Amino acid sequence: MTLTKRVIPCLDVDNGRVVKGMHFKSIKDAGDPVLLAEKYSKEGADELVFLDITASEQQRETIKSLVQKVAQVIDIPFTVGGGVKNLQDARDILLSGADKVAINTGAVKNPGIITKLMEIFGKQCVVIAMDVKRNYEIKENRHIFTSDSKKFWFEVYIYGGKTPTDLDAIEWAKEVERRGAGEILLTSIDMDGTKEGYDVQLIKEIVNAVNIPVVASGGCGKPIHMLDVFLQTNVDAALAASIFHYKTHSVDRVKEYLKENGVPVRL
Amino acid sequence: MVKVAIFDYGAGNIFSLKSSLEKNEAQVDIITNLEKMKNYSGLLLPGVGNFDPAIKSLNTSKVAFQDLVKNQIPVLGICLGMEMFFEKSEEGTLGGLGVLDGEVILLPNKFKIPHMGWNDLQIKKPSVLLDGVKEGSWVYFVHSYRVKPKNEEIIIADSDYGINVPAVIENQTLFGTQFHPEKSSKVGSIMIKNFLRVCKK
Repeated sequence: MTLTKRVIPCLDVDNGRVVKGMHFKSIKDAGDPVLLAEKYSKEGADELVFLDITASEQQRETIKSLVQKVAQVIDIPFTVGGGVKNLQDARDILLSGADKVAINTGAVKNPGIITKLMEIFGKQCVVIAMDVKRNYEIKENRHIFTSDSKKFWFEVYIYGGKTPTDLDAIEWAKEVERRGAGEILLTSIDMDGTKEGYDVQLIKEIVNAVNIPVVASGGCGKPIHMLDVFLQTNVDAALAASIFHYKTHSVDRVKEYLKENGVPVRL
Repeated sequence: MVKVAIFDYGAGNIFSLKSSLEKNEAQVDIITNLEKMKNYSGLLLPGVGNFDPAIKSLNTSKVAFQDLVKNQIPVLGICLGMEMFFEKSEEGTLGGLGVLDGEVILLPNKFKIPHMGWNDLQIKKPSVLLDGVKEGSWVYFVHSYRVKPKNEEIIIADSDYGINVPAVIENQTLFGTQFHPEKSSKVGSIMIKNFLRVCKK
């Protein structure tokens, strides 16, 4: 089997500009989304993800026109998420030129939207974004894990990582698969912005719980973090933002490094 | 300039396909029925949506579509678009367009479904659509079903996902790809160009 592992640059977009936050806070300007998309596409990115982090009502038109502009300059798949609350939001994004739409809060609030979207647009368009944080307050009916002899469970957060939901991430992952999601975009809130590596344990547990592709996100600070997550889990794709934005590592260099170390990638 | 039409089932991104055709110097219209097909020298069935709703949107055009194929107007079906060429699909309950014998079946669940990402092509025979495309080229797949043509001779390339997935089919002027050429970077663009060349003839 030669299906390759995907390397996915992520662009967090606020008011039409790419920004990068840390722990879902402190925002820094990182460039023009259309130019960055074109650059990453040329460098061999396997896919792109755009997350509209403003996502207020008046921003819907901005994101639609941005999606159109991006679709014109790239010839690889791209996912758009952020503030998708209902069918109409998702439809707007897909009809503007995105291949997949990522839903987070909208799906937790109204899980029925997953099946509805799948029935109209097909499963491949429906990505469920999960923001997950370790919770050390042990409760019943949760999947309990141990790390450094501390017990915890994985909790789903919504509203850009601000609001805990009490939902067990393992159970939620299974539920979104059952309802018709085509992919899970899994972000560790604990690791996001730290540049210390992915939450490998979280990713492993979610990957083992479902039979749909999973994208690892949150914490990538250098190429070895991507290598680790690919070698230690059966994850399908790894997403990163800051390592690509600030020219520390180009997409093609990272992919060459992965290939040299035994990860099948498209080069 | 060659003029082609994309059939819109109203269910997804056809913008990327349109811009890929335009980059290869085609003039592109989006259509929702086949009444004015005589104005175009080729038709594309895009690869987005779900089997039954897509078939429904084509239903009144079914006979017109079959005539088109008989008259050798070039057609390119992408992913779901190709799956609809066949008699039936496990994704839906409605009959397909039936211009090719065979059916569409779910991928085996020993691997993740959908089969999503870049996989390589194993080219079985020379063809018009893959002219200039190298063995082992990477293309972007995202699908849960595969086609099973009665006549296996029409399969011109496979891809390996635990089983052989028919990746490209070609039967006279009828072309199909299970992957998305419009999302497959430069390699995909070669195929779009090849299809447009057939349309010009």
